[in-house]
Amino acid sequence: MTAVKQPIFLCENVKIGTEDKSIVRGVDLTVYPGEIHALMGPNGSGKSTFASGLMGHPAMNLEGHIYLNGEALEDMPTHERAKRGLFLGFQYPVAIPGVTVASFLRAALAAVRGETPNVFEFRRQLEETFAQLGVPWAFADRYLNDGFSGGEKKRLEILQMALLKPKFIILDEIDSGLDVDALKVVSRGIHSAAEQGAGVLMVTHYQRLLDLVTPTRVHYFMEGRIAFEGGVETVKELEANGYDWLRDKLVTPEKGART
Amino acid sequence: MTVQESIHNVNRDYVERYGFADPEQLEGRAPKGLNRETVEAISRAKNEPEWMRSFRLRAYEAYEKKPMPKWGNQGVLTNIDFDDIYYYVKPSDQQERDWADVPENIKKTFDRLGIPEAEKKFLAGVSAQYDSEVVYHSMKEELESQGVVFMDMDSGVREHSEIVKKYFASVIPPTDNKFAALNSAVWSGGSFIYVPPHTTVDIPLQAYFRINAKNMGQFERTLIIADEGSSVHYIEGCTAPVYTTDSLHAAVVELIALKDAKIRYSTIQNWSNNVLNLVTKRAVAHEGASVEWVDGNIGSKLTMKYPCVILKGERAHGEVLSVAFAQDGQHQDTGAKMIHTAPNTTSRVVSKSISKGKGRASYRGLVRVNPGAVGCRTDVTCDALLLDDASRTDTYPTMEILQQDAQVEHEARVSKLADEQLFYLESRGIAPEQAKLMIVNGFFEPFTKELPMEYAIELNRLIALEMEGSIG
Ligand SMILES: Nc1ncnc2c1ncn2[C@@H]1O[C@H](COP(=O)(O)OP(=O)(O)OP(=O)(O)O)[C@@H](O)[C@H]1O
Ligand SMILES: [Mg+2]
Repeated sequence: MTAVKQPIFLCENVKIGTEDKSIVRGVDLTVYPGEIHALMGPNGSGKSTFASGLMGHPAMNLEGHIYLNGEALEDMPTHERAKRGLFLGFQYPVAIPGVTVASFLRAALAAVRGETPNVFEFRRQLEETFAQLGVPWAFADRYLNDGFSGGEKKRLEILQMALLKPKFIILDEIDSGLDVDALKVVSRGIHSAAEQGAGVLMVTHYQRLLDLVTPTRVHYFMEGRIAFEGGVETVKELEANGYDWLRDKLVTPEKGART
Repeated sequence: MTVQESIHNVNRDYVERYGFADPEQLEGRAPKGLNRETVEAISRAKNEPEWMRSFRLRAYEAYEKKPMPKWGNQGVLTNIDFDDIYYYVKPSDQQERDWADVPENIKKTFDRLGIPEAEKKFLAGVSAQYDSEVVYHSMKEELESQGVVFMDMDSGVREHSEIVKKYFASVIPPTDNKFAALNSAVWSGGSFIYVPPHTTVDIPLQAYFRINAKNMGQFERTLIIADEGSSVHYIEGCTAPVYTTDSLHAAVVELIALKDAKIRYSTIQNWSNNVLNLVTKRAVAHEGASVEWVDGNIGSKLTMKYPCVILKGERAHGEVLSVAFAQDGQHQDTGAKMIHTAPNTTSRVVSKSISKGKGRASYRGLVRVNPGAVGCRTDVTCDALLLDDASRTDTYPTMEILQQDAQVEHEARVSKLADEQLFYLESRGIAPEQAKLMIVNGFFEPFTKELPMEYAIELNRLIALEMEGSIG
């Protein structure tokens, strides 16, 4: 028996921008359950805008359609998108002084599950996840991202991902600032999410993450569009030749032309 | 249950919870307006010793002479009609030690406010003042047997005249400012506390102040003396019915921490928005002593309050931790004063305010290090958070550093509720209202964590109420 595979995440002609600036200018993307996609591209090409726009960033307008498991998300507020299973690991997680990691995680878990987790069950789960991701237990009582090192913040993003069990995961430069050990922890986390059927989109600049997590497909962003895409082998070309290699490949003239 | 959660369970407003009023009792009330005769009448009604009567009359003269402050919210201050205020309203004939004996309507009020309940659960002593008089008072027996004195100020004058005479108005003389003079002339109620040497009162003593009568002036007077090496935590809370005309609350609070003593004084001020709260609070910290003012201002129309510590003995430490929440129709003008007169004294001020809607929060502070006070350290941090474009905050810090080697740190920050913070929380499924509340509670966290759990919950609950409907 063959069933038609349904994408876990689908973007149709997505455009994102502020009142007076269009940044993401027409992106299509299809991700199936268990797939890991990579998104690369030069600084300022719109990768983070794409990621946060999908999540519903208040400064950004979004046109086009986004579907999670077949359900349209574009008209939902951010927290509803999260409750449906969309997750964004931030490039620069913001600090929230006075709110402890534990109370934040509890509120987040309660929100996505639709019920407040049992105290003991929550504690057990938290301890387990902390241990898995090598985050010292003392972090539970610290204020959220407040005074965390770059790497610690990133570990906490992955920890949230592991705890909330989202269906489509966008990770914005989760690998930058990580030491070798942390990188391994993070890649294990990504693998395990994908194994459980989540789709993943990793924004990255570096080969070293892709060596640990082999993507199904690599998309290259240029000026707010996917200019090129290919298998993981194309990353070698990029590493060797830089983004000029990509500029030469820009897709059809009318699509690639600047407006 | 955590503090964060409990705030979501409760969702009633001020009017219902605190803003109700009992029918007024008219008999025990001095006529409106203030003159020499009113002052005499109050003193007579209290059967006071001569020294207090003449103190009141001298204070009344000072009040007449003193000008209104020329700073602060002039719009409100210049509109106070001193002739339209009741200066003394006596609610019942005597003070009780058992709630069952308190007049039924008054008892109901305090029941609704949850005071008897709180007393049972976590307080060492309770005093409840209703308009001008303390109507209920009790303290745990073991404290009494240790020689701890906790009673209303009027009883203090009668029963402990030696010590009261020595310290009363020693920190805040009637001539200090117009409202201190007014209080000194017509004061009634408030607490008198004396903690004997090397005695630790480890659970808090609480006073609850309630204004019931309309156009009422409440002028309680509190004096706390912590003798050598002792320690005490005192908490006060206040509410009032919602009236359309203004009431005046002008308290005077004096603290004396003798050698190596420790006093913590916590306030949760939640007057209704027709109360003018003009309070003078000052402490003297002797050698090695420590005084902390933990001051939360949520209610009132206008609050002007700048708790002060005079660091008089070597190595004394003073601390003010204050938060203010100003919403539409409110001006929270608060701050702190630290006066370093002895060497090696230290002080810390942390002031946090949130302005919402058209609310206005001001910080007014003074740090002075006198010549000769070598080796002093002081650290002042002011954090203001604006929730809306119309909200307003201003800071008036004054530093008078007259001794060269003082270490002075001062930091002031104004921030707007950050979209990026909200977005982060929302991206984890947390709804916008809850996200906002989490950020606001987090902002106040350094304050709430200094309060006993029950008070922290209460404060967060109040903030949750104030925050309601603040999502655009
Ligand atoms: N709120 C905003 N208003 C105006 N311009 C913005 C805004 N946010 C981003 N931009 C601009 O959009 C462009 C894309 O930025 P974005 O952060 O998405 O790039 P990126 O591909 O993630 O870059 P990097 O690799 O450096 O992280 C940049 O020129 C940036 O300055
Ligand atoms: Mg980026």
